[in-house]
Amino acid sequence: MTALSGTGALIRLVLRRDRVRIPVWVLGIAGTVLGSVSSFPAAYSDAASRQARAALMNNPATVIMTGPGYGLDHYTFGAMTANEMGGLTAVASALMSILLVVRHTRAEEESGRGDLVRAAVVGRHAATTAALVVVLGANVLLGAVIAAGLPTVLPALGAAGSLLFGASVTAVGAVFTGVAAVTAQVMEHSRAATGSAGALLATAFALRAAGDLGDGTLSWLSPIGWAQATRAYVDGRWWPLLPACALTALAVAAAYALRARRDEGAGLVRTRSARTSASARLNGAFGLALRLQRGLLAGWVLGFVVFGLFIGSMADQAASFVAENEMARRFFTRLGAGAATDALLATYMSLMAMVGTGYALQAVSLPRSEETAGHVEPLLGGTPLNRPRWLVGHLAATLLGSVLVVGLAGASAGLMFAATTGDVTAAAPVLLGALAHLPAVWVLVGVAVALFGLAPAAGGLVWAALAGVVFVGTFGPLLRLPEWVSNLSPFAHTPRLPGAEFTTTPLVVLTVLAVGLMVVGTTAFSRRDVG
Amino acid sequence: MPTTTTDESTAIAVSGLTKHYGRSRALDGLDLGVRTGEVHGFLGPNGAGKTTTIRILLGLLRADSGSAHLLGGDPWRDATSLHHRLAYVPGDVTLWPTLSGGEVIDLLGRLRGGIDPRRRAELLDRFDLDPGKKARTYSKGNRQKVGLVAALASDVELLVLDEPTSGLDPLMEEAFRECVREERRSGRTVLLSSHVLAEVEALCDRVTIVRDGRTVESGTLSELRHLTRTSISAELAGTGDGLAELSGVHDLSVDGDHVSCEVDSSALDAVLRQLGSIGVRSLTSRPPTLEELFLKHYEQSDGDRAVTR
Repeated sequence: MTALSGTGALIRLVLRRDRVRIPVWVLGIAGTVLGSVSSFPAAYSDAASRQARAALMNNPATVIMTGPGYGLDHYTFGAMTANEMGGLTAVASALMSILLVVRHTRAEEESGRGDLVRAAVVGRHAATTAALVVVLGANVLLGAVIAAGLPTVLPALGAAGSLLFGASVTAVGAVFTGVAAVTAQVMEHSRAATGSAGALLATAFALRAAGDLGDGTLSWLSPIGWAQATRAYVDGRWWPLLPACALTALAVAAAYALRARRDEGAGLVRTRSARTSASARLNGAFGLALRLQRGLLAGWVLGFVVFGLFIGSMADQAASFVAENEMARRFFTRLGAGAATDALLATYMSLMAMVGTGYALQAVSLPRSEETAGHVEPLLGGTPLNRPRWLVGHLAATLLGSVLVVGLAGASAGLMFAATTGDVTAAAPVLLGALAHLPAVWVLVGVAVALFGLAPAAGGLVWAALAGVVFVGTFGPLLRLPEWVSNLSPFAHTPRLPGAEFTTTPLVVLTVLAVGLMVVGTTAFSRRDVG
Repeated sequence: MPTTTTDESTAIAVSGLTKHYGRSRALDGLDLGVRTGEVHGFLGPNGAGKTTTIRILLGLLRADSGSAHLLGGDPWRDATSLHHRLAYVPGDVTLWPTLSGGEVIDLLGRLRGGIDPRRRAELLDRFDLDPGKKARTYSKGNRQKVGLVAALASDVELLVLDEPTSGLDPLMEEAFRECVREERRSGRTVLLSSHVLAEVEALCDRVTIVRDGRTVESGTLSELRHLTRTSISAELAGTGDGLAELSGVHDLSVDGDHVSCEVDSSALDAVLRQLGSIGVRSLTSRPPTLEELFLKHYEQSDGDRAVTR
């Protein structure tokens, strides 16, 4: 038996388990790119409108969101595709890779299924290899679909540029395939493996954003920066993908080396010895829910505080840039914001709350995973704890967590902004700007709870809803989506603070809607079978 | 047969219970009656509907039809108040991997309104369980011990145990039996679903045997034995004439002065009289074991697979 025995069978197992999941990922990402690009000619019919669009690409908010902005002098559809779709598509392929790799490596070991598999004629490296082969294959497929699809939906995009664009998406996915293979060795739990790989992705995004705002040096430390440095459709450089290939190879080699040095099921971070009795806080549904998600919450709070500090520190500098830029000023004026700084901060608080909804949805998915794991049976079947109280315990922990994640990000952004401007009163409005989005976050939590009660197997749909909300929130104005489509997003109704007028009515309506959905879900859960 | 009336003397009364999962039928008119203060064995092959019945009794599932009463209440409607009075150990205890065994025991105890620390310590000692390990690191047997300690440490009227000893070593099985005997002495009712027939024989006052979602037999062990045949083997003073003519005699073999046969309980009297009239030199009679009772019911599950015993 060699270390790779059984890899072929495991590859077939992975493909069988993900025969729906992988196509959904690939078609979802590629479909979003192709769908957006196909709307370009209608939205920007002449060169003048494209140039007007190009001018907006220089404003700091857009630079942070999308990328460095190249080819702006002659803003073709190709440059538009690469500039506006490249960064986020790369992030999407990285997310796909991280989730899939951890799912087939650490999560399998953690569940105990890994032992069952390893007891067969299966080598030490077979599971890792099978996961890498399939996920790298999925990335190649994603790149190929994009490369082939782009010239099809918009002939103005050449085949050569499209191939490079697709390859750069694949390259970022490949890097994070390797990264996730490493974190899956280091961390003992799949959640931690996903979380730490996600944190590295966030770091890559932040480095790229900071570099693109500055002189571009920092961008060269980021795989996403390398993908964008290919300047597809404009300069068509392939060589920036070389470091991505090298890093992928390095990460994969590291993953194999680490795998060879550890026990099955063990992580490299040692487990501390556990307590022999429960602390006073672990005394009911809420205490248990908080305990189960404390690692998740800590990770999100940490990441969002760093993000808040970053936004707060760059807002003033970015605003002075906006003030000098006629087009950017007009863009923000059109958003209905007064000062450019306010508009910038308001945009970021809104974006941050949308991404922070990811925490809330992860936290509120715990009841379902508790149910499928069989953990609820002794609780609901063998103790007086009833279903509404159990579910409300998880909800309360989730809502509290969402206040912490969003609120602490807002507070750190506000304090950092106040520190850089020297204006102490500037902090509170930024914090309020973050908190004002919470009712919108809760609406999505409400959707998740309603699904849990009514159609638990379809709980994943709420992530599609969040993806739609983020898409509408970021691309809606650029793609000139009809107003009713944008209004489907709860974030379209929350006041954009600081700058805009603070209105309580939408906040009350959204909160009532959220509570209503939660009541529906809780009631439905009380009436259905458990398990 | 169980009744649907509920009074002080009836802990569990289930009648005509049905439950479908999509197209497959898990329960098909199951009956179960457990008297207060008894240890009741709940037997049946895998997939017979034991766990589904227990999950309905715990209010986790809602029955399609039929009635179920538990401690005088409705298991679905009154789940919260009933759960103050019962404790449950599932057949496969799954625990939160990040919590230690001690934390799980305390959490479940607190949810039930508190836990007696002395009783907790005593049970940890009896089951030889280290509470200071993350549940992830426990073996199947140790996870089962966590469930047992959490349930036995609580002061309740009814213990619902679904194959509680799976994964335990023989020493721990004995500790479990001793605990159940103590529980019965202190007046508690126990519903024990089990595959370990020796355990059921050692512990249970009455048993219910289910198959394909239906109750096939219920009663005390001696009542059940009464319904089956006794093996008789004898050396006689003469030849074994006249036995073949008696009704209720099966598998008769006569070899000179040696006879052996299987006899229905109702025919025992007549057979012994006939043997006595011939003259008996030696006689062995053996009542059916629980295994034989059990197998008799299982093997009849399909007509074409039926084995005549």
